[in-house]
Amino acid sequence: MSFIEKLSTYQLDTLKEIGNIGAGNAATALSKLLNRKIDMQTPAVRIASFDETMELVGGAEKVIVSVFLRIEGEAPGSMFYLFSPEQAEQFVHHITGNDEFSFANPPYPDMGLSILHEIGNILSGSYLTALSDFTKINMQPSVPSLSMDMAGAIISEGLMELSRESDHAIIIDTMIQEPESDKEDIEGHFFLLPDPESFERIFKALGVNDQ
Amino acid sequence: MNATNQIIKVGIADLKIANAPDSLRTTGLGSCVGVVVYDLSIKLAGMAHVMLPDSTMSRNGELNEMKFADTAIDLLIKQLLDKGARRYALKSKIAGGAQMFTFSTSSDMMRVGNRNVEAVTERLKHHRVSITAQDVGGNNGRTIEFFPESGILKIRTVNMGESEI
Repeated sequence: MSFIEKLSTYQLDTLKEIGNIGAGNAATALSKLLNRKIDMQTPAVRIASFDETMELVGGAEKVIVSVFLRIEGEAPGSMFYLFSPEQAEQFVHHITGNDEFSFANPPYPDMGLSILHEIGNILSGSYLTALSDFTKINMQPSVPSLSMDMAGAIISEGLMELSRESDHAIIIDTMIQEPESDKEDIEGHFFLLPDPESFERIFKALGVNDQ
Repeated sequence: MNATNQIIKVGIADLKIANAPDSLRTTGLGSCVGVVVYDLSIKLAGMAHVMLPDSTMSRNGELNEMKFADTAIDLLIKQLLDKGARRYALKSKIAGGAQMFTFSTSSDMMRVGNRNVEAVTERLKHHRVSITAQDVGGNNGRTIEFFPESGILKIRTVNMGESEI
């Protein structure tokens, strides 16, 4: 893929910095929401085929919970906040104080879904606000949509626009998690997938567009 | 079924051909459509995992024919005929084309599932290949496996159980 080969180290670092700033702000928001310490891992900029993209979250058939939104405006793209169904239960248990919510089998409880939706809303909003402030690019996110299904079915939705141009995705992947892992670990991935035309605009906005 | 049967994996925007007793499988279909074309009399089948409805949507000079409904089906039928399938015996089964997320915005890309199903149906009709069974639409992901031996398509979902068509 020619475009990716042309990316300079400096530009790749810039994309990592975007993950840093966005997910850092989201981690702070989650930390306040749950009143727990949340850390962020160093963001990774991944260049992956569509099949490899699914492997990043455990394969196309793995069941995941996803909050997905489309970014419109000057730098369009797709954004996901992805976590496991077990994680979803922990979120709901923590916020409601009620341990009976289960996402093991449908039908899923409405109240639980509503809470997850709101968490997704807050986190993706925090990510994008930070990103928009940093780049001074106007971003208009759609209302986030929640789905619990196979990773392949979910993530391919975010690949549609870029698939018109390429067979690879550039993914800014940042994991946030609780320090000192145990079973109750809070852990989730942010995927930011800018549409192909957005990279140039992001680089230009940050003054790193010179090859 | 015996242990030597291979499951041939079809990736995203990918296409494979298989003979019985092997089977063809693709996982995590959302708005993508899994298209199976088969000649039961010689137990030969091909499967494509189509992402987008129309190759004219491509903005890239190097076209991946397996990604678009029109070019993928053309290629699928050509490969089957090359391997000895008879055009008049070809039949098809399709699954997928869901809408995974509901958005208030009316972005075209968000209704791509429906458009994929329409485009696949249209292209198969163009080749005079009848669709003997289909499981399309809805808002759930699907994993499908096709058995050229029996012509059965198995469909697995997370929220709606398993079925055979």
